[in-house]
Amino acid sequence: MKRRELLFRAVAVVTAVAANRTTHGEEEGLLPKTTRRDGVRKVLTQGQEEILKAVFDRLIPGDELGPSASGAGCLDFLDDQLAGGYGEGSTIYRDGPVQPHEEQMLQKAQFISTPRERYYFGLKALEAYSLKTDGASFADLQSDRQDEILRGMETGKIELGEDVNTKGFFELMLTNAREGYFADPCYGGNKDMAGWKMIGFPGARYDYRAYTERTGQELNLVNVSLILKG
Amino acid sequence: MARNTKADVVVVGLGWAGSLIAAQLSHGGMRVVAIDRGPRIDPQTDTPLTVDPDELRWSSRKELLAKPRDNTLTMRNTLDQIAVPQRELGILELGGGAGGQGFHWAGMAWRFTPWDFQVRTETIKRYGMPRAEDGELQLQDWGLTYDDLEPDYDGWERIAGIAGKAGNLRGKVTNEGNPFEAPRSQDYPTPKLKTLRMMEIFNKATLELGLNPFTIPAANVSEAYANPLGAHLAPCTYCGFCQYHGCGNYSKSTPQTCVFPYLQKEPNFKVISKACVTRVNKAADGRTATGVTYINESGKEIEQPGDIVCLTASQMDNVRLLLVSGIGKPYDPLSSEGVVGRNFSYQTVSGADLWFEGDKINPFIGAGGLGSQIDNYNGDNFDHSSLDFIGGAGILTLSRGGAPIAKTNNLPPGTPRWGSGFKKAYSKYYQNHGVLFNQGTSMPTKHGYIDLDPTYTDRFGIPLPRLTYTYSRNDRAMAKFTKERAVEIGHQMGASHVAPFDFAQKPFTTAIGASNHTIGGAVMGADRSTSAVNSYLQAWDCPNAFVIGASAFPNNAGYNPTGTVGALALRAARAILEKYVRHPGELIED
Repeated sequence: MKRRELLFRAVAVVTAVAANRTTHGEEEGLLPKTTRRDGVRKVLTQGQEEILKAVFDRLIPGDELGPSASGAGCLDFLDDQLAGGYGEGSTIYRDGPVQPHEEQMLQKAQFISTPRERYYFGLKALEAYSLKTDGASFADLQSDRQDEILRGMETGKIELGEDVNTKGFFELMLTNAREGYFADPCYGGNKDMAGWKMIGFPGARYDYRAYTERTGQELNLVNVSLILKG
Repeated sequence: MARNTKADVVVVGLGWAGSLIAAQLSHGGMRVVAIDRGPRIDPQTDTPLTVDPDELRWSSRKELLAKPRDNTLTMRNTLDQIAVPQRELGILELGGGAGGQGFHWAGMAWRFTPWDFQVRTETIKRYGMPRAEDGELQLQDWGLTYDDLEPDYDGWERIAGIAGKAGNLRGKVTNEGNPFEAPRSQDYPTPKLKTLRMMEIFNKATLELGLNPFTIPAANVSEAYANPLGAHLAPCTYCGFCQYHGCGNYSKSTPQTCVFPYLQKEPNFKVISKACVTRVNKAADGRTATGVTYINESGKEIEQPGDIVCLTASQMDNVRLLLVSGIGKPYDPLSSEGVVGRNFSYQTVSGADLWFEGDKINPFIGAGGLGSQIDNYNGDNFDHSSLDFIGGAGILTLSRGGAPIAKTNNLPPGTPRWGSGFKKAYSKYYQNHGVLFNQGTSMPTKHGYIDLDPTYTDRFGIPLPRLTYTYSRNDRAMAKFTKERAVEIGHQMGASHVAPFDFAQKPFTTAIGASNHTIGGAVMGADRSTSAVNSYLQAWDCPNAFVIGASAFPNNAGYNPTGTVGALALRAARAILEKYVRHPGELIED
């Protein structure tokens, strides 16, 4: 209960933080918004981005199978998502009262705070935790130690403090990293369709009639996105 | 309050049920005004092929769906609990625009079995009274039989162009379709879709087990098709962007592709968009609807008078509108008296995830409604004498689409969810994952019902619907039984990993989508003390109001509901045109 009350109060703070940034209204246009590739951020600060880059690149590291999350543009993706309707939590039913047993009854965490707010408080708490336990920024820790902390967040072994649902924050970051890696490149991630090439998803194709009879075969299809051809 | 010109018929909600009613009645010469809370959306301008194949936007963010902010519910499992609001999207996946759920649905297009309409009578007949009345279940018949509804099933299938192959044509059982289906008067209007890789593996294994696999009838048309309303559909291209998506190819049967082309040319029809109906108005006699009140885009309250009101606003909103408007007696779960909110049911789901080694499933080739199924364990198709439950499930496998974001969750148990281990596993198993989904029957209970929440309201200050429900002992036993069958099939399919799941072993929740099929609350029947509407979907307590949708099902079958919703809408339309208009304001006699 205490945690949620805090989040309610925190709303005003975050709104102030975001007020001087460009935000999209609730109306979504027909075309997906193209992401700026000039590195200019609409939401994430440099400090937040450094921590997030470290987290995302442990969640999806670069290896022989493909680039890291940041290498594939997942931070561009995230900043853009947080700047728009998704980041604003524009679909959430936020009326009170918030019941203490909401998560228990629904068997799933419920959030009245927006994704933008959850990143703001989550990253702050993660950094504070890292400074307290390791005396260094999360971004500067050894990768083994970073993994250990992330695993602790994932399993509930580590609690980052009262104003963060730690497990929920881990799941949010994992979901967004995966989305960035596997969404259409028009959203800023999945650079060169690297995510799709890794698993063998051909992309934004809309006609497979020529292949329906070739069941169980490797089709070696050229990748296509809404904005690119592979 | 501003007041519009009176209409012959006011239709609330322009999804499948509303658009079918509107087409039939306006064609029959009645002046129809439809009111829909969403904007007008159509495939050509909202989901063209250049926009539609986008998983993030449509499937992850679900941009076509109504927002919980505007439309949600509260839930609890038992009567002694305080209900909590569903704040993010959960099992309510209502349409955000005209067409309703019919625009973003996947397209499984079923008829129910004869047994599903007469569960109470048939259970008592075959297994005795104690099985039907176990102290928890609240079984009741629909007040009509499969044979009564057959012509309207056929009518709906022809409008939607359903792709399939008959398993029982006028009593002649074939080996090409579902041998368990009830007799149909005609074959499907378009041939069945192709058999894709996962279906191939499923078909072989189930045949080896002595079962009867068949291709699921789909609202993804398999060839160019012109329907009786003059609408044209194009052959499905198996792009796999169907569920939660529109269809820019005009291959998925939706109100937009199948019915709107007719409505657009019909001078008797008018639609008011971005207008939310807040109540049905009643005359001083308390049993006549005078029309509806809605709030338009700019927040203005307007009255739309009409001689007939058709509620086609989706299952949950139909029930809520009846409760808010004081039509019919609200259900009391302690005494089992009252009719509005009664007999909520859902879809009882279990199954198994499967992983193979070295296959090429090519999951990206698919269609929303495409898959193979066995009905050997569905409904009452098997003998339950030595079992401790009634009902069953269609056990199906899907060839639905590639969804690379969603499928990141489809990895064998124990696989790392992140790091290089995740990448390695996903690279391998993306091409090797399949699912067996048991779409099970759901039997109503005395304590499963809908009323108005005492605390939470929507943006207009109207109470949210409050759902009280959890899985019954009967349905838990059914889900466990069919889960075991799925595991057998999974092993026979040669899967290296078989991971069973069973939603019914935990309490019900609206937050985790076993299914989006919410059912009941304004159920049909022959007895007005246990049903809100008669077999023509006419409100017993308000004869010029018709309440059409899955809200009318007294129990749920082991199938998707849309086909039966479509058939009931056509049945209600026929009853209005052929019977009601001769004696307006009176209950239709059989």
